Amino acid sequence: MSVLQALDVGLAFLVFAVAAWTVFAPGPFAATVGYVVYGLLLSLVWIRLFAVDVALTEAAIGSGVTGVLLIGAAARLRGAETTPAEEALTGLTRLFAAGLCLLVAAALAAVVLLLPDQGPTLAPQSMERLPETGLGNPVTAVLIAFRSFDTMLEKVVLVLGVVGVWSLAADRYWGGAPGEARAERPEPTLAFFAQVLAPIGILVGVHVFWVGADEPGGAFQGGAILAAMWMIVMMARLTEAPQASAFWLRLALIAGPAVFLAAGVAGAVVAGGFFAYPPGLAKPLILFIETFMTFTIAVTLPMLVAGPPRREPRR
Amino acid sequence: MSSATLAGLVGAALVGLGLYGVIADPQPLRKILAFNLIGSGVFLVFGIVARKGAAAGLSADPVPQAMVITGIVVAFAASALAVALTLRLFEETGRATLRPDAGTKPPDDGADAE
Repeated sequence: MSVLQALDVGLAFLVFAVAAWTVFAPGPFAATVGYVVYGLLLSLVWIRLFAVDVALTEAAIGSGVTGVLLIGAAARLRGAETTPAEEALTGLTRLFAAGLCLLVAAALAAVVLLLPDQGPTLAPQSMERLPETGLGNPVTAVLIAFRSFDTMLEKVVLVLGVVGVWSLAADRYWGGAPGEARAERPEPTLAFFAQVLAPIGILVGVHVFWVGADEPGGAFQGGAILAAMWMIVMMARLTEAPQASAFWLRLALIAGPAVFLAAGVAGAVVAGGFFAYPPGLAKPLILFIETFMTFTIAVTLPMLVAGPPRREPRR
Repeated sequence: MSSATLAGLVGAALVGLGLYGVIADPQPLRKILAFNLIGSGVFLVFGIVARKGAAAGLSADPVPQAMVITGIVVAFAASALAVALTLRLFEETGRATLRPDAGTKPPDDGADAE
């Protein structure tokens, strides 16, 4: 067994063990912290699958932003998550459930083992048409050019998510700001951390977005890093979340999908197909769309984490 | 066994583990966590489909990779909505439980009462 293989086996056991911890941990807080670790380990597995773009997304969104969301929820639910005895399943039901889940996992494992060594693939087609997009990263090309409709709709899902979260606000808070107010005196350690990290993080986020055209990275990963920086500054209470009724915020939330859709419709007129890009102009157009998408992601993710408005709107 | 197959088996195990958590744990937040485990397990299984589609000088088929990236973002949006629903339930009832017959406490502010 080579070193890499041993690492693979070790990583596999570690991922499984941490995942088991998030399911069986005694408290919800311990479970959510386990989930953050799990996400980071999972991104290592993605690197071993040669999917660096996915690894970056998993680390930034799957582990990072989701982790903040879940830890925040666990903290607010403290005390509420004690399970009354009548809600716990009986031993027999648990055993039955475990058997069922084992069956599902075994069936999936069998499918994995039965997969042919060389499966069907769209890689040759992607590489063949890659020069027409002017991009060097085939994953970005799939996201923004070959399957751009998916990506545009996914942005719409994010907007719908924000609409759904905001709709859960109490009537009197409608249009107000989520989260806590800006602090008179921010907690010094956290404020220092935010002041040092945020400028570097913003630079890293923009860089990851920019190199995404040719190297692993792109709008999702860069946008998620930018989102994290805004969240850190809000957590340090150096600034507060904007009011849900703010016009600029609503404009920022829809800028990405709106520009994307406009480019798609323009393609139908100019380039002879919905979401077609005119030859030669593909790369600048893609970067233009991606800029707005990065911005929208950077604004949307913190709004989803911040939750529904919890303060009365200022008029 | 290749590292891709191993990752696929981990994905299968994660789906089983997450499914058990969704069924067996009565707490909504733990169910959301477990549901995310199922999601990442499915992504991993799809990831080995990408790896087995290695061709044309690429180490993995870019199309499934792009779909997994989209999936991770959509899964996050769904989790955020589920967490917001759980927190609202807790605010309204003082309990975070999915039992339909759980007692409700009266809303603490008159403005909310419909």
